[in-house]
Amino acid sequence: MKQVMRRTLAAMAAGAILAAAGPALAQGKVLRYVKNGNLTILDPIWTTAYVTRDHGYMVYDTLFAMDENNAVKPQMVDKYTVSADKMLWTFTLRDGLAWHDGKPVTAEDCVASLKRWGKRDTMAQKLMDFVKDFKAVDAKTFTMELKEPYGLVLDSLGKPSSNVPFMMPKDVAETDPFKQISSRVGSGPFIYDDAASKPGERHVYVKNTKYKPRAEPPSGLAGGKVVKVDRVEVIEMPDTQQQVNALIVGEIDMLEQIPHDLIPILKKDKGVKLVDWNPLGHVFVIRFNHKVKPFDNAKIRQAALYAMRQEDYLKATIGDPAYYKVCSASFICGTPNAVDAPDGILIKPNLERAKALLKEAGYDGTPIVLMQSTTLPALTNMAPVTKALLEQAGFKVDMQSMDWQTLVTRRTKKEPADKGGWNVFHTYSVSADALNPISNAYYAANGDKAWFGWPDDPTMEKLRDQYAKETDPGKAKALAAAIQARALETAQFGWLGQWYGPGATRADISGWLKAPVPVMWNIEKK
Amino acid sequence: MLDFIARRLVAIIPVLTVVAIFVFLMLRLTPGDPAAIIAGDNATSDQIDEIRRALGLDEPIWTQFIIWIGNVLQGNFGESFFFKKTVAELIAQRVEPTLALAVCTLIIAVVTAVPLGVLAAYRHGSLLDRFVMGFSVLGFSVPVFVIGYVLIYIFAIELGWLPVQGYIRIGVNFWGFLERMVLPSVTLAVIYVALIARITRASVLEVLNEDYIRTARAKGLTNRVVLMRHALRNAAVPILTVIGIGIALLISGAVVTESVYGLPGLGRLTVEAVLSRDFPTIQAVILLFSVVYVLINLVIDISYTLFDPRIRY
Repeated sequence: MKQVMRRTLAAMAAGAILAAAGPALAQGKVLRYVKNGNLTILDPIWTTAYVTRDHGYMVYDTLFAMDENNAVKPQMVDKYTVSADKMLWTFTLRDGLAWHDGKPVTAEDCVASLKRWGKRDTMAQKLMDFVKDFKAVDAKTFTMELKEPYGLVLDSLGKPSSNVPFMMPKDVAETDPFKQISSRVGSGPFIYDDAASKPGERHVYVKNTKYKPRAEPPSGLAGGKVVKVDRVEVIEMPDTQQQVNALIVGEIDMLEQIPHDLIPILKKDKGVKLVDWNPLGHVFVIRFNHKVKPFDNAKIRQAALYAMRQEDYLKATIGDPAYYKVCSASFICGTPNAVDAPDGILIKPNLERAKALLKEAGYDGTPIVLMQSTTLPALTNMAPVTKALLEQAGFKVDMQSMDWQTLVTRRTKKEPADKGGWNVFHTYSVSADALNPISNAYYAANGDKAWFGWPDDPTMEKLRDQYAKETDPGKAKALAAAIQARALETAQFGWLGQWYGPGATRADISGWLKAPVPVMWNIEKK
Repeated sequence: MLDFIARRLVAIIPVLTVVAIFVFLMLRLTPGDPAAIIAGDNATSDQIDEIRRALGLDEPIWTQFIIWIGNVLQGNFGESFFFKKTVAELIAQRVEPTLALAVCTLIIAVVTAVPLGVLAAYRHGSLLDRFVMGFSVLGFSVPVFVIGYVLIYIFAIELGWLPVQGYIRIGVNFWGFLERMVLPSVTLAVIYVALIARITRASVLEVLNEDYIRTARAKGLTNRVVLMRHALRNAAVPILTVIGIGIALLISGAVVTESVYGLPGLGRLTVEAVLSRDFPTIQAVILLFSVVYVLINLVIDISYTLFDPRIRY
């Protein structure tokens, strides 16, 4: 009797263990990943938020993509041709592309997606200025007819960062571009699991088993998107110290970006490795308000730039020289358009020149309203450095501290600084957004239509137009140099150094691709 | 009694009306534009204006208020600007972790603090009394996040007994749920143990000097009976008040603990909504908290009658 009882209990215990393990076995390999921000909006065309862009790369696919050498390669497109006069582009989709609901991806879907993207993205809007018409020729082929040759067709379609031209089904892409889509159907390598996802807690993506990757090996955002895990759980964890703790004890597998002050803790842990997945990194920017005094005067803006030294900012914010680079090229050092700025500007301050310019411009000592963001760790220390440097040059500075959300609201105001407006603030962008004068939003100088600060410089716009139309790479590079020189001449904005934020994984994770965007395909968990 | 309850329930209406107007106006008058936040860093002014129009934020404040209050009266709290989900749905998803944390914290706090407070009063001036008072000062003085990090370091990282963070729903895995509630509840309970123990000690100490306690002792009752049946029962009203306030604060105020331990509760939802200026969510959450405050106060008032028969409504 005792034996029967013991067997029964043993069977029950085994059953209980199997039952408990059941969901885990069913889920297969699960990658638990913490991102640098909460995902709230799931429409990557509706917002430029990077966390939404990254969601886009999971769920959607792109016609073209940028490889690790910053070259644009076909992705959903099998082959493309351009007419001799460079006015007609023909794109043919590769075989086997399908939406998550099983329907085939068609040329009409792609045309509708490009049209929606064209109404939101700044680089896309520029492209659309040149587009005469899109036409779906057959189920797999569409054409793009231009009004005149445009040099950035592939750079636009292969744009790596927000807003990325993600392809969506036609009925989804026909949603008003200023309203969020509600469908989650894409054709990307992962399927968003709406039922299992809980905003504020976790977002769940399961492997799209029907996805047909390209045959080429993965490279950056291009090549074969081979998914090597069954499920990715993006866990929302607001506390950065806890993110690091969770990685150390193995509760999560990957961390997108580590605050620089916590890197030493992870370097000591043998169970964890740091990954420099974004070799291009980020670039700090200072933005002047061209609409209101005193930075409506180019000489006063120039005086401010002459007072600045990139290394002061990078030391104050990043600290460890292994994670920053002093670079006087606005289009990012090591990329095709990079050209050094003359006279050591932004590298070596020239306070005498700055003071002379202020005097020449008749600066009357009006305090500069400098907005300081206190909630984004990478930006918090930027404004105090600017305050110190500008004061050394003879400026009076009123540094006002606020959370980032208040700053992004206030920067939309065009009133004078003492009436609720502003004079100057700092931000940063991923370097991938800054590689040419069209995708680099800080270069737009079309007044009210330009990015905050609203520079109005017809010469700059003319140069940007010439760059956009230029199809010869050599000439395009010369134009980029001229554009950078013009930006320094008018002190349109300042670039204050490049920096890198490594991610971290458990030691048993491999295959994190080097790209400007953290992507989840190719990642293996042993 | 029923008349009292009915009157108190009716009194909720003006309270909620004032809260609704106040919250609505405060949100519109403080800096922060949801459209600018939604649009992201690369958006232009024109794009932000379009989003503002799409969200109805370009309408005059009073028009926005009338639309919102009209919907609320029909039980519709609107849709989150960010999540593309109804606010009611969002709140429903976040209630469980907060309630679980509140209940576990209260159980730990009450079970620990009330006996400690009673013993400290009984052994007034002793080492135990000094320990309880010292712990109370410590509990009040050390910030919750410091307690949290220390506990995590010891029990999760060094000893590996408990998880660092996260939440598992009670219906999914009960043991996983309990395992993940231990550290947050203990962390949050420290301050409540300090508060309740101190109030219990003071109340019991006051009662222990009363004539009826002396009479009870003279009758030959044991210390346990004197303390539990006579002293504690008569000292219960202020203790209940503190516990009641504690419940209300726990439901609305466990923001730091929820953030440190990654609990997806109402506290975190409120912070996220405030930071992103998600007006519909903030308005609904504040209204919910107001209802909770009023109802908990009502329950506490009613519970007084159980301990003190002199109180009648």
